[in-house]
Amino acid sequence: MRRLQKELLNLTTDPPPGVTVDPEEIGDNLSEWTVSVAGPASSLYEGETFRLNFRFSQKYPFDSPEVVFMRPNIPVHPHIYSNGHICLSILTDDWSPALSVASVCLSITSMLSSCKDKKRPPDDAFYVKTCNKNPKKTRWWYHDDTV
Amino acid sequence: MAQHGRSAAPASPCLAMDSDGDLQYDEDSADDDMVYDNDSGNESSGDEVDFDEHRPGPSTAHEVELAAEDAPFQVLSVQEIVDFMVVEINEVNEVAQLPRTTIRILLNHFNWDKEKLLERLYDTDQEQLFLEAHVVSPHITGTASQAPRVNSRVGAVPTEECEICLTVRPSAEMSGLACGHRFCAACWCEYLTTKVMDDGVGQTISCAAHGCDILVDDETVLRLVSEPRVLARYQHLITNSFVECNRYLCWCPTPDCGYALKVPNPDCRPVTCKCGHKFCFACREAWHDPVRCHLIKRWLKKCDDDSETFNWISANTKECPKCSVTIEKDGGCNHMVCKNQSCRADFCWVCLGSWEPHGSSWYSCNRYDEDEARAARDAQEKSRAVLNRYLFYCNRYMNHMQSLKFENKLYASVKEKMEEMQQHNMSWIEVQFLKKAVDILCSCRVTLMYTYVFAYYLRKNNQSAIFEVREPEGPGAMHLRCSQSIWSGTSLRRTWSTSNRKVQDKYRYCEGRRKALLEHVHEGYERDWWVYND
Repeated sequence: MRRLQKELLNLTTDPPPGVTVDPEEIGDNLSEWTVSVAGPASSLYEGETFRLNFRFSQKYPFDSPEVVFMRPNIPVHPHIYSNGHICLSILTDDWSPALSVASVCLSITSMLSSCKDKKRPPDDAFYVKTCNKNPKKTRWWYHDDTV
Repeated sequence: MAQHGRSAAPASPCLAMDSDGDLQYDEDSADDDMVYDNDSGNESSGDEVDFDEHRPGPSTAHEVELAAEDAPFQVLSVQEIVDFMVVEINEVNEVAQLPRTTIRILLNHFNWDKEKLLERLYDTDQEQLFLEAHVVSPHITGTASQAPRVNSRVGAVPTEECEICLTVRPSAEMSGLACGHRFCAACWCEYLTTKVMDDGVGQTISCAAHGCDILVDDETVLRLVSEPRVLARYQHLITNSFVECNRYLCWCPTPDCGYALKVPNPDCRPVTCKCGHKFCFACREAWHDPVRCHLIKRWLKKCDDDSETFNWISANTKECPKCSVTIEKDGGCNHMVCKNQSCRADFCWVCLGSWEPHGSSWYSCNRYDEDEARAARDAQEKSRAVLNRYLFYCNRYMNHMQSLKFENKLYASVKEKMEEMQQHNMSWIEVQFLKKAVDILCSCRVTLMYTYVFAYYLRKNNQSAIFEVREPEGPGAMHLRCSQSIWSGTSLRRTWSTSNRKVQDKYRYCEGRRKALLEHVHEGYERDWWVYND
């Protein structure tokens, strides 16, 4: 919990570009956050704002947070499903306790900026129908590092 | 005969010394060989001569194969596995002169193949090797690629911020691997505990820093983790990966048996664990001589999938004499009308002949021997031949398996007999022949059981015909005689010494036949006699 307090403090005082967090929105136990991410400048998402939902388990930061985009505005991106789930390796297999909310936001921003074609993942319809509510339960198959 | 005394194999492999210094007897102990040679003037020696004629020469390859059964192997406890691991590391260390922890990670990277590691160490680019194995090259001194951000005002204790808990700590509390990423002791401990307990990772825990794939060595884990529960699990994960990666080691497949077996050559061969389980080192199934691993795998799968279904089909159904669809009759009279829309055959369930001549005798059939009915049944028989062939072998195999389970009872009653005999002035050593007889009885049963599998997959040719002819008079008879002799032997109380002699003759004969049978099959492997179905 100390670590989450510090992260929150750092994120409000010195946020990475485009990332804003409203401490008012976050409950007292800090286990669930809502973070706003602005579509990066000179990308296909410029001018849009997205909201990310972070859930932290008791084991955070040794256990990765559960991160999804919140409705209604879910970016159309080849690695983001229409239910808000994100296919990003640092959120599961490549998580490290040295990562933070800020670094996750940065990774997502960079994922958005490198996108060249706004479209959903090819298996979107099937995945959204069959997946678990928790994206960490999905066995992600990371294959495309370019976007 | 495949007697050890006479075969090309040295006598010593019968005894294997395990690392405790205990002597481990393989099933053919030395005294056995001596008695064989003394055998004379009874039926068994007569048969042996007969078998001798089939034998090409004393030192053929298939005998070597049989002798491989007796080649030494070791049963290792968890502690002995750890010791063995240390020995392997030390051996490499003597040559390579690298830190032990590095050698352990390198060896694991090469699945504990020392030769391969040493070859790579001296053949190619060492730095590339360290990169692949995720270790920092020990040749680069002052490796800290990322200098710790030490906050050192004059006079103050140097402090650093831990990137995980985001607190500032005295530098003395901070530590890291050769990659230079430093975290506080509490975070390291939590990180390693999570990896070991939740993710079940042991040998391949990487540095906690993001994107750093340098592996955490065992000394670091032992230094940073103190909870015994976690350390025990870590130890378990390490030994487990060691055993599973190492071609010369395997766990005993018995549930909850903690022993591992170590062999000099990872071939198809029997090993016996301390828990008593005898299994094939190559496929981990119960020892299945004379069947080869791939066939026993197929057979076991087939039995799992099919046998019950086939049994039920065979017992409860018949096929339509016209369209061969499988029919279950669950009531009513004998007049059957095939439900298959394109068939609609009228026939009698009893004789399978057409219904017409039966007229109104709905419940009794008097036409069983009519030509037409007989022809229909013949056709049915043919279509069932395949099924029956399988069931023939499967049922025999299953019966033996079932009987093996009951052999425990026999052991119990023989033990009783042995105690009784000891009260009749016989020494402990003198009554051991009875236990030996049951041992042989069981091993004959096992061999016999697997010959059915072998025979099932064998395609008909001259050699398979010889095998099928020899087989029933071989183990089948030997089994019967063996069990009879034990019982006759145990019931003749007044003539202990003669019955003793009789039982021993019998079991030696049976064991001889068993070995001859196995040898015959192995010889067939050598000479490519056996052709398999599909």
